Amino acid sequence: MKKLLRTYPDKCIACHLCESVCSKLYFKEDTQEKSCIQINDQEYPVDMNVCNQCRTCVQTCPTQALTVNQLGVIMLNKKLCIGCYMCVAACPTKSMRIHPGGMSPFKCVACGMCAKQCPADAIRIETEE
Amino acid sequence: MENRRVLAEFRYEKRPIIRGYNKRTLYINLSTLEITEKPVTDLMIDKFVGGKGFDLYLMWHGVKDGTKWNSPENEICISFGPLCGNTSYPGSGKSIVTTISPLTGIPVDCNVGGHFGPYTKFSGWDALEIQGKSAEDTIVFIDGDNGIVQILSAPDEEVNSHIISERLHEEFAGGEQHLQHVSVVSSGTASSHVEITCLNFSFWDKRRKVARLKQAGRGGTGTVFRDKRLKALVVKYSSLAVDSNTPEDVETLKKTGLKLHQEIEKGDSSQCHMREMGTAHLMEIMNDYDLLPIKNFKYGQMPEALRLASWEFKKLFTQNMPDGCWFGCSLACCKAVDNFTPRTGPYAGQQVCVDGPEYETGGGCGSNLCIWDPKDVVEINFYCDTYGVDTISFGTSVAFAMECYENGILNKERTGGLDLTWGNADAALELLHQMARGEGFGVTVGKGVRKMKNIFVREYSADPSFLQDIGMEAKGLEYSQYMSKESLAQQGGYTLALKGPQHDEAWLISMDMVNNLIPSFEDKAEALHYFPMFRTWFGLQGLCKLPWNDIEPEDNGKTAEPAKVPEHVQNYVDIYKAITGKPMDKHELICQSERVYNFQKVFCMRMGKGRRIDDIPPYRAVGPVTEEEYLSRQERYDKALRDKQGIDPSGLNTKEKMKLLRAYREDQYQQLVDAVYKRKGWTPEGVPTREHLKSIGMDIPEVMEVIDRYL
Repeated sequence: MKKLLRTYPDKCIACHLCESVCSKLYFKEDTQEKSCIQINDQEYPVDMNVCNQCRTCVQTCPTQALTVNQLGVIMLNKKLCIGCYMCVAACPTKSMRIHPGGMSPFKCVACGMCAKQCPADAIRIETEE
Repeated sequence: MENRRVLAEFRYEKRPIIRGYNKRTLYINLSTLEITEKPVTDLMIDKFVGGKGFDLYLMWHGVKDGTKWNSPENEICISFGPLCGNTSYPGSGKSIVTTISPLTGIPVDCNVGGHFGPYTKFSGWDALEIQGKSAEDTIVFIDGDNGIVQILSAPDEEVNSHIISERLHEEFAGGEQHLQHVSVVSSGTASSHVEITCLNFSFWDKRRKVARLKQAGRGGTGTVFRDKRLKALVVKYSSLAVDSNTPEDVETLKKTGLKLHQEIEKGDSSQCHMREMGTAHLMEIMNDYDLLPIKNFKYGQMPEALRLASWEFKKLFTQNMPDGCWFGCSLACCKAVDNFTPRTGPYAGQQVCVDGPEYETGGGCGSNLCIWDPKDVVEINFYCDTYGVDTISFGTSVAFAMECYENGILNKERTGGLDLTWGNADAALELLHQMARGEGFGVTVGKGVRKMKNIFVREYSADPSFLQDIGMEAKGLEYSQYMSKESLAQQGGYTLALKGPQHDEAWLISMDMVNNLIPSFEDKAEALHYFPMFRTWFGLQGLCKLPWNDIEPEDNGKTAEPAKVPEHVQNYVDIYKAITGKPMDKHELICQSERVYNFQKVFCMRMGKGRRIDDIPPYRAVGPVTEEEYLSRQERYDKALRDKQGIDPSGLNTKEKMKLLRAYREDQYQQLVDAVYKRKGWTPEGVPTREHLKSIGMDIPEVMEVIDRYL
């Protein structure tokens, strides 16, 4: 079983509220580059980029700082992370992120806060078997 | 361990690293049990940079002109370099080991992975200098978390590396969560008996739950280690982070590292397949180009060699593991065979994890001996590592012994009953077990090719010139595993290498033989200047060579000098500036190396070598020694006579043709040496001139004093 944030680009109205919610929650800042979900409205349909919990990064991490929790969500243990960013390069959807000034990468942990506030129902927390 | 005693202890103040440097080194004297710190001076940084440069600087002041490998004042120095330990750029965790070699009598340097170097650096030291001999077996423990260095008694019964490494990880970690924060340096039982030995540097593999072993392979470092009665060096450091080097510009470091990660992610599966096979991917390529050593470097190609092709090793290597020997290396070349069960020796029937085989081991312990079963190669690899034997020197030494056996110089009576016929894996393994037990003919083979030549001439009246021709050593060190017969530049790359014939100074076969990009003597000399200098830089910084050109940018072929991989050279310039904050460009990079390279050259001269006569290869590295070799590639050699020498071979017998070819090739080699020495700023006798040393800033008085003896 894995819990993930599922995106529905057809419904997205590119209001970027999800990015704002996420970056405020994660970094206490309203900055797109610090949001785990990122919306590119220069494309049609809108490109909604977020971790799909595929686990490629877990296999890549040399310190096992990335693990899968009971809900199937990939979590980063910052105490074990040594900032090599091999996970960032290995991520097939480019959803493992870094930002200037940060030491550890970051990613969506399917907390669902953005989904709760999305006015268009374009992102939902779902589970896969 | 309950009965481990503290013989000496030194407490030091922990200080943050400043832009890649601690500005102090750790000195340990095992005779006097002195432990102290030495300051790193500005001169050391300006002229010697770090890594191999610091090692050689410390050793120079520690040894005397007449110091032998087993003299108490001989040192083992291990240094790390200012870039070492960064977790951003692939290949940044190397230690460089130097000592006066029991095989060559001059400084040998080895570039080795594993976690020992970075952890010791982050524990507060730019180099570790060990001198003296202990009265009893000891372990040196560097506790980088608490700022303590101890010399401890070592009643440990097990010396073999795969066991002692694992036990010391467990003993010093203080809990499972810290196993990855410990690293161990050790050598095995063979190091007490033979000279073709190595040191094993460990890292804890969290997934496999074993201590993996990387080798400081060349030149007999393990023999010096055990002669000092060291059983192990242990370091513990628990606070590794992306900015542990306190870099000047962490964002550039992150950006440059990520760029290479992405390049590897995209390109490795179509370029070198390092992540799947490690360097073993070279096996079939070398065989295709007639470069894979077979039967003591007689031949470079055989159909049987495909039984050792990389796809055969891939079946044995566990796939999809982050197999870097330091964190952040996405090239991940250090493959392992898990759950391997040896069929011989003291660990027969036990499941073990084997590091490798890498290409050199596949060539040396496989094709060069005509051992074609990959599992036999894995077993030799395992026992070499755990006993502390260098797989390269082992392969070349056994190949030499097998050819002597083929020629009747050796027989069963002389080998203690061992049938050293080509391909006899059981006999090769038994030689190895004998080295570990210190008995039998294995001890003779373990002395290396040069000493075997003397013994066989003295004891068995062997023809010295034949043994000189087929004994693949120069300066006393065995050749590594590439055929150089058809590449004059590589003959120089091997034989002019300061420590002895290892390809880490230059690998020019592709440029020279395959693509004919350096046709003139001057072209070859330029390559034999640039590449040894460029590659020396890795050893000054604590870096690995592989991410430089075993992965290339997609557009590298369109650049002006693809062999140099210009974009990656710029990456190195960028990360050097990002960590140290010092100015750097591609020219200064070479200058840094040139100072240390010439210092090492003068160091060799100080120890009585480094002369032109020491730079001469055995003829087996240059051309066909035997008629069967000539005839096996007759078309090629006849053509060479016609095209290069203007000789019509049709009326000549094989012996006559061989003689003419040999005279030509040996003359070509001498002309190459002339050109290279000139390009390097050396006299025709291979002595760096006073003017050259002054021009590169290495005209320090003690160096000038040595060259004056030779000028």
